[in-house]
Amino acid sequence: MTDDENGADPIAAKAAELSCPSCGEMVYPGEIFCEECGHRVADAPPAEQAGTGAQEGRPDATVRRSSSSSGRGRAAARPCPGCGGTAIGADGYCETCGLRQPAERDHVEIELPAAGGGNGARPVIAAGASDRGRRYPRNEDALAIAAHSAGVAAVVADGVGSSQRPEDASRAAADTGAAELVALLDSGEDPEDATRGAALSAAAAVAALATSPSDAPSCTYVSAVTRGPAVTVGWIGDSRVYWLSADGAVDPGEDGAREPAPDEADPDAAEVSTGDMAELGPSRRLTEDDSWAAFMVAQGSLTEAEAEAHPNAHVITAWLGADAGQVSPHVATFRPAGPGTLLVCSDGLWNYFPAARDIAALLAAGPGAGAVNGAGGPAPDPGHDPAADPLGVARALVRHALDAGGRDNITVAVIPLPSPTAPQSRIHESTPQSTEQPR
Amino acid sequence: MSEQPKFTVKIDQNKFLPEGGREVHAIVSVEATAEGGAAAAPSSAKASEVIIIDTSGSMSYPDTKLRAAVKAAQVAIDTLRDGVEFAVIAGSNTASMVYPQHGGLVAADTQSRQKAKRALNGLKASGGTAIGSWLRLADELFDDDQGGIRHAILLTDGKNQHETPEELDAVLFRCGGRFVCDCRGVGTDWEVAELRKVASALLGSVDIVADPAGLVADFQAMTEAAMGKAVADVALRVWTPQTASLRFVKQVMPSVEDLTGKRVESAPQAGDYPLGAWGAESRDYHICVEIPPGDIGKELRAAWVKLVVPGAPGEEAQVLATGNVLAQWTDDEAQSTRINPRVAHYTGQAELASVIQEGLQARKDGDFDTATARLGRAVVLADEAGNDAITAMLRKVVDVVDPATGTVRLKRNVDKADEMELDTRSSKTVRTRKDETLTTPRPDKH
Repeated sequence: MTDDENGADPIAAKAAELSCPSCGEMVYPGEIFCEECGHRVADAPPAEQAGTGAQEGRPDATVRRSSSSSGRGRAAARPCPGCGGTAIGADGYCETCGLRQPAERDHVEIELPAAGGGNGARPVIAAGASDRGRRYPRNEDALAIAAHSAGVAAVVADGVGSSQRPEDASRAAADTGAAELVALLDSGEDPEDATRGAALSAAAAVAALATSPSDAPSCTYVSAVTRGPAVTVGWIGDSRVYWLSADGAVDPGEDGAREPAPDEADPDAAEVSTGDMAELGPSRRLTEDDSWAAFMVAQGSLTEAEAEAHPNAHVITAWLGADAGQVSPHVATFRPAGPGTLLVCSDGLWNYFPAARDIAALLAAGPGAGAVNGAGGPAPDPGHDPAADPLGVARALVRHALDAGGRDNITVAVIPLPSPTAPQSRIHESTPQSTEQPR
Repeated sequence: MSEQPKFTVKIDQNKFLPEGGREVHAIVSVEATAEGGAAAAPSSAKASEVIIIDTSGSMSYPDTKLRAAVKAAQVAIDTLRDGVEFAVIAGSNTASMVYPQHGGLVAADTQSRQKAKRALNGLKASGGTAIGSWLRLADELFDDDQGGIRHAILLTDGKNQHETPEELDAVLFRCGGRFVCDCRGVGTDWEVAELRKVASALLGSVDIVADPAGLVADFQAMTEAAMGKAVADVALRVWTPQTASLRFVKQVMPSVEDLTGKRVESAPQAGDYPLGAWGAESRDYHICVEIPPGDIGKELRAAWVKLVVPGAPGEEAQVLATGNVLAQWTDDEAQSTRINPRVAHYTGQAELASVIQEGLQARKDGDFDTATARLGRAVVLADEAGNDAITAMLRKVVDVVDPATGTVRLKRNVDKADEMELDTRSSKTVRTRKDETLTTPRPDKH
């Protein structure tokens, strides 16, 4: 997210010239949280009211814009999706039919263009989409994608529904995680140390949201960073990273049969930073859920199918939050053997498409796979080629999950490898701007 | 207090509806607290007061009635604070001025109070009862005194025999919203339903003072309450979605009063329900909105409730406080089947008021089966609500065989005053049993 990067985001900087909307204390450019009360300021309802369209002031809005052109296409006043009325109250309800207007966060799309000046189209090096789904009243997932000097960092967090304000938890986790990843990597940290450090910072940010033991916002966390040829993932909870090989090959360990892929036979291997990074060949999952289901499967007590059918399937055994105790992120590094795609997602996607082969099949099915892009974005072509259209792929996968029922919030980040054009190191002059467009 | 009180609006509801659900209920609690918390501080708001005393011939049978009424009115005059514009009217077949002699209102001070009290001493009882004509004169007096809090006290001891119901209705229609009138019936020869109609139309209370000796304290309390009002003419403005229909708006605390018919269209998709004057007090309202069913997960503002002081024509209303009544459809039955305890509580008490009134009417009409069934139900509801005052009054009218099932026997000999008291006070509600639901956690507002 641009507002996490070096204070370079003009909107964040502008908002910061004002005071904290919660406590009134002065906040400074680059601060995400108010130093006084901890209120999120970078994400607050826009402090400046002029020129940001009709949605300003909505209390749960996540209004983030960058100065790059592609984020600006939205009409000034969107009509109510319920009745078409144009009068929307300041608190977000239609003044004709009463419908609560979709929050900005209900559907979010992010594109991260490659670095480089000029007016020409810059290739997109990563993209993501996050959607409220069909059943939940709000989107408690959060997504952040940022460029660092030698690659991309993406974080997905999924608010724990049984906690208080889970949407705040996931937002804090994703934004803090991505910002820390960029800062640590750019300061020369090893990707595994950066991944661990960022996850712990995110954990601290989430824990800080708690106002009392009974009010402990919490969420999952998963990050993926690319640096040169290597990929490092880190996670707490049941949000996942998949590797999707461009050649369509699927790891047999993913093939309906259970159990960790062969190179994960030693469960600790993934958590120890070694010089020997595992090679990534066929498509496979890169993370192991911190969940009851995964535990039961690992114990050999249940098959994966049995575990997933169990009412406890979605009980997670590790999370971020004041009530989480000691947080120890899992970290693993891989080296892709060939081109492919990193897919970072919440369980809103993988509930329907749990195996890497399932997701690979969706993409292989191509544009005609029923993924109708109703988002009204500029690129109606439903993506299937991650390298050419990362956002299209992210949208298409979200659409598949919606079509499958959309019971949960759905978040997908797509990072093609090798990067279409690696961002340059001169980040201070040409920080890539992510663009985020509400549906 | 010279400052306007601080108003708050609180909504209690379960916003979750099952798939296909269309009826939304909410309790709207409106509370006004004096700035600085001095709840009992007298208001300095501009106010006027008209005291109407029945001087029909029956008031002298026994003569203690008239003497008690005079004494009560004198105490009320002493209770007026300096500067309040006031007048006293004597009512019989027609209305006549007691003080000042030739119409108009006079500011209360030592001298005017003395003169008014002396004039009251000279009252004689003769003639009949024509309440409409009394109210018409009061309305004319208030007419000279625009703005501020306008309050009247009406005391009668008899039926409205010397004008037609249509004449009374016409006057009530004209006076509705122009001043608030608290009504009192003294003795047992007056008509509860009739006086209740007057009080309802004029947004006032109705009560029985069976023993004339009780009038003094009652008048003093009424006048003190009137002097405590700080804002005149507050209204509840209710916005509803275009596709919705507002089923009802009822005051449910301190008494049950159906306001649905008092709606005045005030803004697009919004109507105002007049609430009269407010001091440091709280009242609760039950509103019910019907909306077309929506998809699971969809959230709607089913009603937007604003407490307003309506402006003059062409002027914006002053909004004192607002609240949202929401609706959200869910397939989680645990959420959609939960009944908000305050909604349940007041639904029960609204039913309580109507079963008592129906039961007493049936009893009067000789339909003892209906009377027994209704009053039996009332015993159950009063017990559920923890409305001990009503329970005590019911036990003067029926013998309770089994309070749990509502099995009762009608008492053979019932004191007329007890029956009228139960009828008059049937709509008085209690907030909650032990105030337990005031701390009910709200459903998360996400």
